[in-house]
Amino acid sequence: MNTKKEVLEKNEMTLTIKSYSQNESFARSTVAAFCVQANPTLEEINDVKTAVSEAVTNCVVHAYPNSVGDILIKAEIQGNTLNVTISDWGVGIQDIKKAMEPFYTSKPEQERSGMGFTVMESFMDIVEVSAQKPNGVKVEMTKTFKSKASSSKAEDKNA
Amino acid sequence: MQVKSRIYNNILYIALCGELDEHSSVYTRMTLDEMLGKTIAKQIIIDLSELNFMDSTGIGVLIGRYKKMKDKNVPIYICNPSIQAERIFKMTGLYDIMPKIN
Repeated sequence: MNTKKEVLEKNEMTLTIKSYSQNESFARSTVAAFCVQANPTLEEINDVKTAVSEAVTNCVVHAYPNSVGDILIKAEIQGNTLNVTISDWGVGIQDIKKAMEPFYTSKPEQERSGMGFTVMESFMDIVEVSAQKPNGVKVEMTKTFKSKASSSKAEDKNA
Repeated sequence: MQVKSRIYNNILYIALCGELDEHSSVYTRMTLDEMLGKTIAKQIIIDLSELNFMDSTGIGVLIGRYKKMKDKNVPIYICNPSIQAERIFKMTGLYDIMPKIN
């Protein structure tokens, strides 16, 4: 019916939310819903949900610890590859390399696991963290869905 | 988030239902501490079959409760984690202190 849609190569979405913790669920569900068009498996969708939740939680807890600020979420789908960028304009991270180490947390008194970035790296293919100018952090994550291979595997299983 | 519990044969069964993230962690922590604080159970089993979502915030919540029950010598076990929760548990070594049971 709509041939324009069929030849569409890249699709994009942009979402800005306030850094309230009740928006975490909204943010991860929205990105997950956007991904559906790339035919991910349920497991892949949940991987994306978890990684987005980690990044947004970092913004809520660390970027804006005593204030409410904006979190910008941009997602892009090209073929079966998702690219999602989560940016804030908060206090920033002093030592990004250290922050990405497993179990490192700047707030140990708050029962935090320090595994946020490790989870993102484990659930996505590529995770890049950079400082924003003049302040804030940008987390860029990429994941290619192996939807076709895994759906045929599921068929084999059912057969 | 809904936290359900029942006690049977000196075992406290706790079911976490819903989504465990930073937002729901405050309520979850408080509710669990209330349940664990007054329990006379000899062991605790946390059932995650109705937990639709969990991120690494959940690890902080679970380890915090483990520390509290360790002093009372009450072991905590985990059952029915999702694929994502299982991966987070494995990468953090949570099963070393809260073994998985079926």
